[in-house]
Amino acid sequence: MAAPVIEAVEAIESHLHPTPSFAVDDHPYPNGREEIWRFSPLRAMRPLLTDEPSDAHLQWTESFPEGVSTHVVSPTEAKLLVAEAPIDRVSALAAARSGGAQVVEVAAGAELTEPVSITLTGTGAHVWGHVIFKVGANSTSTILLRHEGSASYATKVDVLVGDGARVNFVSIQDWADDALHGGHHSVLVGRDASVRTVTVSLGGKVVRLAETARFAGPGGSLEQFGLYFVDAGQHIEHRLFVDHNAPHTHSNVDYRGALQGEGARSVWIGDVLIRKIAEGISTFESNKNLVLTDGCRADSVPNLEIETGEIEGAGHSSTTGRFDDEQLFYLRSRGISEAEARRLVVRGFFADIIRRIGVPEVEEHMLAAVERELSVTMGAYA
Amino acid sequence: MSTLTIDDLRVEVATETGPKEILKGVNLTVSSGEVHAIMGPNGSGKSTLAYAIAGHPKYTVTGGSVTLDGVELTKLTVDERARAGLFLAMQYPIEVPGVSVANFLRTAKTALSGEAPKVRTWVKEVNAALDRLGLDPAFSARSLNEGFSGGEKKRNEIVQLELLNPKFAILDETDSGLDIDALRIVSEGVNRFAAQGDRGVLLITHYTRILNYIKPDFVHVFVDGRIAEEGGPELAENLEIEGYERFVKAAAAS
Repeated sequence: MAAPVIEAVEAIESHLHPTPSFAVDDHPYPNGREEIWRFSPLRAMRPLLTDEPSDAHLQWTESFPEGVSTHVVSPTEAKLLVAEAPIDRVSALAAARSGGAQVVEVAAGAELTEPVSITLTGTGAHVWGHVIFKVGANSTSTILLRHEGSASYATKVDVLVGDGARVNFVSIQDWADDALHGGHHSVLVGRDASVRTVTVSLGGKVVRLAETARFAGPGGSLEQFGLYFVDAGQHIEHRLFVDHNAPHTHSNVDYRGALQGEGARSVWIGDVLIRKIAEGISTFESNKNLVLTDGCRADSVPNLEIETGEIEGAGHSSTTGRFDDEQLFYLRSRGISEAEARRLVVRGFFADIIRRIGVPEVEEHMLAAVERELSVTMGAYA
Repeated sequence: MSTLTIDDLRVEVATETGPKEILKGVNLTVSSGEVHAIMGPNGSGKSTLAYAIAGHPKYTVTGGSVTLDGVELTKLTVDERARAGLFLAMQYPIEVPGVSVANFLRTAKTALSGEAPKVRTWVKEVNAALDRLGLDPAFSARSLNEGFSGGEKKRNEIVQLELLNPKFAILDETDSGLDIDALRIVSEGVNRFAAQGDRGVLLITHYTRILNYIKPDFVHVFVDGRIAEEGGPELAENLEIEGYERFVKAAAAS
């Protein structure tokens, strides 16, 4: 039993999780019938899938507390550093064509009270990008990765969390309306580490993120929260895969979305694999969609693959629906107008996710963003 | 002086086998300053009466009227009825995750009075109302009804009753599921509300227990979708001894 856990586990055979690979050729141009592409708007995503060089970058604005450093590594060096190889064509192209990965390191043992903040701003170009976060053992930090502006952005993001570290990784997609954003965020949870990710997708024409996570040893804990607000003509897709590849690990996924307007489309895939070795684990996945108007479509697909019965618990739930009439009746029976009651319910629906961000200024910004989104359709009622 | 008048109210509900009439001509007048108890067996339609007056979408009014000081309530939306002065304390208050009690109360108060309450005095008022119902100030930070015990839900309804202070309050089985201490605390809240003298109370209950704490001026026995008998407090005492059997049999025979 001397072999490290990662190497001891068997290969994944499920068609839901294509084998990760840096080789672009291992990820052929999709035709739309593939399991991982069948919900995606391939035509709109063409720039993210087409192998054309680009030297452009997003504008990088950082605010780092003491204990955080950054440097660039070559694509070859980056391959040895990542949490996981690219899982789809977009992220494979991103890693191969980025010209190098930006590495951000949180020192081991650092106790950061201020967030590690990075804002990536698009200026209209097509960009291949790769960012690697190395979170040192036994450190405590909040990392904020914000995306703004206009771009076609294909990305690979790796978050390597050292043993015993506690990290809150917040990724915000607050793009301009015409932005395209596709890629792969992969998290490696260290032994006894505690990881929370919060993914907020609001803007952009297409946002399609594969978010995968696995464990570097036993005892790790992973919480993944997500919030999305989809407007007319927008496609927002989050594809989660939690690989319970180590015993006594825990995961909890809670994604919530609201949709409004003609052609608003959300996709949520929540895959969990519990490998034979992963005894004593617990996992729960939840996705809730609130459909605010006609003409929207929400796809929500939880999948649980269990290869051992020796676990604490595993479950998932998925709900997609309109407003709860009983909630609206209760609020309105206190004199609150229908429009205001709806706003209260939606705010409440998201507040539970937003409070996980842990950075008050960003939480307020997100609540205000939800408020703005709501005014699109609900302003008319008031 | 205000008056809530229910005149020959007929209400039906949609079922799998088609519409079913639940209220079969209810007549009742409640004036401010009065406490009316409506008592009846399970399934008699007394909760339907409460929800139909409040405007729950599940119920369809097919005849009759409900007026508050001459304003026809059945033509108004749910929130318009509340703004007209009506309040329903629910038997099963609804959970609204992520909406704090404080935010809910402030929003409701603003909607009812047409202007936001003054921050400083309002927080004091809320805390005082919570305290009177035996609830901690921290209660107002909790999500509305989410994870509340049955007793906490009912206390929270009475906190709202006191803070929103409507002209007429309908209390739907507010006593059900309460232990004796909670029943006393909740009843005291209702009595404080009624003691203002210009408010009306319609107290719906299955049991006579709550009438040991809240003294009704009038008692109505509700059977099979209509009022079967009316009287003073002594009628409740008779029910305590005889039960509803006599009325149920009479309704079945008619």
